Amino acid sequence: MLTKRLIPCLDVKDGRVVKGQQFINLKDHGDPVEMARAYNQAGADELVFLDITATREKREIMREMVLQVAACLFIPFTVGGGITSIEDFRSLIAAGADKISINSAAVCTPGLISRAAAKFGSQAVVVAIDGRRRGSGSWEVLISGGTEETGLELVDWAREAQDRGAGELLLTSMDRDGSRDGYDLEMLKAVNQAVSIPVIASGGAGSPEHLYQAFTEGEADAALAASIWHQDSYSIKEGKEYLAERGIPVRPVDEELLEEDNDGRK
Amino acid sequence: MIGVIDYGAGNLGNVVRALNYLNCRTRIITGPEDLTGITALVLPGVGAFASGVEGLKSRELFHPLKDFISSGRPFLGICLGMQLLFQESSENPGLEGLAIFPGSCERFCPAEAGKVPHMGWNNLRVKKNNNLLLQEDLYLYFVHSYYLPVNPEILLASTTYGGQRFMSAVNREMVWGLQPHPEKSGRRGLKILRNFVEVVNGDSNSRNRS
Repeated sequence: MLTKRLIPCLDVKDGRVVKGQQFINLKDHGDPVEMARAYNQAGADELVFLDITATREKREIMREMVLQVAACLFIPFTVGGGITSIEDFRSLIAAGADKISINSAAVCTPGLISRAAAKFGSQAVVVAIDGRRRGSGSWEVLISGGTEETGLELVDWAREAQDRGAGELLLTSMDRDGSRDGYDLEMLKAVNQAVSIPVIASGGAGSPEHLYQAFTEGEADAALAASIWHQDSYSIKEGKEYLAERGIPVRPVDEELLEEDNDGRK
Repeated sequence: MIGVIDYGAGNLGNVVRALNYLNCRTRIITGPEDLTGITALVLPGVGAFASGVEGLKSRELFHPLKDFISSGRPFLGICLGMQLLFQESSENPGLEGLAIFPGSCERFCPAEAGKVPHMGWNNLRVKKNNNLLLQEDLYLYFVHSYYLPVNPEILLASTTYGGQRFMSAVNREMVWGLQPHPEKSGRRGLKILRNFVEVVNGDSNSRNRS
């Protein structure tokens, strides 16, 4: 049975992880390669690297980071933040990223979604959508890190992103982001019922119960979280055990991996 | 030396990186002249069946690959690379694949399966112990919209999505096909690739002796 995915999100600035779980055995918590390895061992199903510098001149640093991560991390990972062109897609995918996430650029240049999907396949194109509630059953799409209103209705935009070739949606509730009060389940459900591509829930996770709600009431395919794991409140393993006990299919955490501290080469 | 075929269909970089990580030397194959001295081949790939067939043909690799497989040397097809081992696909009716195995790829029905593509970690029920897949039950990463219906003669492992059971691994003699991506399936996936490398080493040693 296809399992529900748990996806830690790592914020990266100038090629360094600036927010991430404090694993005990790591020498350098800012090193993306060490962090990626630690999350892999902890049972993450995928990783998202979000470049929060995202300025032109820092682009090359991000590509270098992707090259290093891809040389030793063998689970899928997405790179997002400041991607605006097909050339950005090409460069990061060639460096080893499996999926590229676009947000503001998708709203400003919707044709980028279809061009990227035609060139790299829909599976490589994640459209990230930041939504803010404006009334019952209605959410507005925000861009530029949630600072700019677009007037777009979220469910309509989700459908358009799918029709243009997005392979997956990363849906963040700006009302819930950082609150640890749980995902916006109504928003999740509204989008999940409108599209037929996988939807990743984001914004508001504070406990394993919130993950459970995202998969049941919210009908999400994957749950992204930052602070729930970053601040070490719960381990991914605890999250997965909680879900499995309640009948949610998850990929079991590899016990063999947890006990090892080598890199899996034998 | 293991050859990894580049026919313009996507993610060969990840396969090469994974094999190199396992300290295995690789050569990227872009034409028939690159096949000299190659002991085994990996055919990776994402994308459409037709562009895969056309990509192999335009690089003059289509018939050399069939000959390579007939010679009994180890061959591993991954994702689209596995589907290309079959006769055809409902994605592009009438276009013949490598036709090493009988059968046709079918598309998941969204009405029954739900979301298409089938994307994420799913488990494989391994039918029998085999050089590549040793476990009874393991989880690997999938991304695909087409599947191979079960054919017991070549079935190595099956997986179920949206009520549809399909072949997630096939094998006959030295030819293997994997629908999931071992290069993206963490430790479990790397183990499968390492098992393949061991099969290759065993095969070339025995050829050298004889």
